[in-house]
Amino acid sequence: MRKGSIRLIAAASAIALAITGCSSSSDETANTDTQFEIFTWWASGGEAAGLGALVDLYKAQNPNTEFINASVAGGAGVNAKAVLVSRMDAGDAPDSFQAHAGLEVIASYAAQGKLEDLTSLYQSEGWDKSFPADLIKQTTLDGKIYSVPVNIHRANVLWWNPGTAAKAGITKAPTTLDEMFADLEKFKKAGVKTPMVLAGGEGSWAMAHLLDYVLVASMGPEKFEGLFTGATSWEGPEVATALKNYQRLLSYGDKGKNSFGWGEAGAAITKGTGGFFIMGDWASAQWQNEGAVLGTDYTFAPGPGTVGIYQWLSDTFTLPVGAKNRNAALTWLKLAGSKEGQDAFNPLKGSIAARTDSDLSLYDDYLKAAAADWAKDRLVGSTAHGVTADNKFMAAMNAAVGKYVSGGAKDNAGLAKDLAAAQAAVVK
Amino acid sequence: MKSIKEKKKLHLRLGGFFFVLPSIIAVAIFVYGMILWTINISLSNRNSGYVEKVENVGLKNYTDLLVDERFTHALSNLIKFTLTFMLATLLAGFIMALLLEKGIKGEGFFRSFYLYPMAISFIAMGTAFRWLFFTEKGEDAAGFNLILRSIGLGFLQNDWILSENGAMYSMAIPAVWQMSGYVMALFLAGFRGIPDEMREAARVDGATEFQIYRQILFPQLTPTVLTIFIILGHVSMKMFDLIVGINGKSYGTQVVAVYMWEATFDSGDLAKGTAISVFILIMVALVVVPYLRYVNKQEAYR
Repeated sequence: MRKGSIRLIAAASAIALAITGCSSSSDETANTDTQFEIFTWWASGGEAAGLGALVDLYKAQNPNTEFINASVAGGAGVNAKAVLVSRMDAGDAPDSFQAHAGLEVIASYAAQGKLEDLTSLYQSEGWDKSFPADLIKQTTLDGKIYSVPVNIHRANVLWWNPGTAAKAGITKAPTTLDEMFADLEKFKKAGVKTPMVLAGGEGSWAMAHLLDYVLVASMGPEKFEGLFTGATSWEGPEVATALKNYQRLLSYGDKGKNSFGWGEAGAAITKGTGGFFIMGDWASAQWQNEGAVLGTDYTFAPGPGTVGIYQWLSDTFTLPVGAKNRNAALTWLKLAGSKEGQDAFNPLKGSIAARTDSDLSLYDDYLKAAAADWAKDRLVGSTAHGVTADNKFMAAMNAAVGKYVSGGAKDNAGLAKDLAAAQAAVVK
Repeated sequence: MKSIKEKKKLHLRLGGFFFVLPSIIAVAIFVYGMILWTINISLSNRNSGYVEKVENVGLKNYTDLLVDERFTHALSNLIKFTLTFMLATLLAGFIMALLLEKGIKGEGFFRSFYLYPMAISFIAMGTAFRWLFFTEKGEDAAGFNLILRSIGLGFLQNDWILSENGAMYSMAIPAVWQMSGYVMALFLAGFRGIPDEMREAARVDGATEFQIYRQILFPQLTPTVLTIFIILGHVSMKMFDLIVGINGKSYGTQVVAVYMWEATFDSGDLAKGTAISVFILIMVALVVVPYLRYVNKQEAYR
């Protein structure tokens, strides 16, 4: 009975495909669409440059397809996402759009039936082997894969200035939180102005980013992931310990009582007035943009306590249901998932390829090291960047951390309570 | 004869009506229609993008707001800001008007000098004040803290918009700076509207200069003060761009409009966001509508 019905559905869909002339993704049909529209929030800087490189490749391979780049500027896609949702609601979906791997793809789009299943594309392109299984899991719902990752950023990176460290007598990177605290003490004794660099501005997201890292460093990846499944309580002892560590880290800076964006705050590292800084690896691309040199003006290590753990976020491309130029979109997705496409995009974007087989000679030393870690580390999603949490939780977490900081970083129990409430409000 | 005249009048009236009809339709749809639509959403369960079945939940979103600690925090911030802003602006504008009222040399220059801050957008000003409110003290001080330090008032250096209790009072400083010139202009217009004969008559009767102000001029400024309160009040209650320009959406200085933005666009909670919008609308209407009625009545008298 069950088998029969499956066979029936398969036959029906085969007929439907034949009638409408739609090519399924595993078909080797050439791209005959005359237009292709992609929707991103990469409108400036290295992001736009990376996308540009990918677009150039696409244009060269598909000279007969007109390329429409519909980017909506605005940090982390705040403006873009609203435009995207209204376009999809109005039945005017772009042919492909950018979305973060994790809950953003799964809950916000796939679960609502807005995306086409790309599992067969993964099979035909052999992507189940070229992308890490942990990553594919983050774009999968009920066994179906819904988007193609183009890059990986790392969130848990420790940055510091080698010159400043030498002055303070720090010769090697701390590997545990305790070593980090000891080094912060050394920075303090050596008269370094801000041992722990903190960025309290921009709606506190960078403070939430730091907390996200401290949670992983304090309780390990399994317990951390449990926070979002309900297995670990936000008001339990693990989080309490983590918050104590967080509080202690903040005490080595101005407790986040500043209105710096991450860029303004991070300049303390390259200028030599700051000790340690926890930030995603876009910092490296930014500093190089400003003329700083990796190895002299700044250097890096995995966040202490998270050595062997890669807290990641990933940009992916999707195929919306109702895309007008489906063939053109499939061609785009194939390019975005290919080794060639990813190696054109990522060195400019300042991220590593999502594939495990990229040509590392094209990347700088930091990205080479990141790629090596990506291949062997335990992967954990970033909360502050939408892998383990949806937009609603992120907004609530930023506000909870902002409240904690503006209250002088004293009320640990209150912070835990606010985070627990945020988790309770997440739509299952 | 008479009926032809009346017909013509009707014609004119109808013609006039057709001329304003497009804007009536546009306002009906894009202002009042949208207000109704907003109210409609605020009564539904669209609390996230994942709602499968949209239902009417009555006033739930509004009652939820009353117990939402984030909302009451934003509201108390707004009240602190509004009171400081209105009183300080009124006082500063009044003093400036009083000084200019006497007809000093270069009055024209000073008038535009004090009015100029009005020309700057809140966002541009917010960015500049963000730098002025730099919190570093001592050696690394900058902005206001540096000024205080260099004039020997170093003990007054503080955290400004990041301080635990004084954040909203600091936040009012740029708003006062911007709007007090405007208040001054309104007061000046008020003073100028009082016929000189009154002063002269008072002088003839032997009134002192102070008595003239106290007994003759100030009472006649009451309508001006009311106008100023209404204008400042509704500017303040809708305050968004200045706050975001200076301190982003940070919790410490969040006001109601900023929380509305967060709820609607960051959390995707349309129902809550629209409920807050309606709350702001009612709050502003409570202030503005009685005033408009009052003004209309005044005009009907004339």
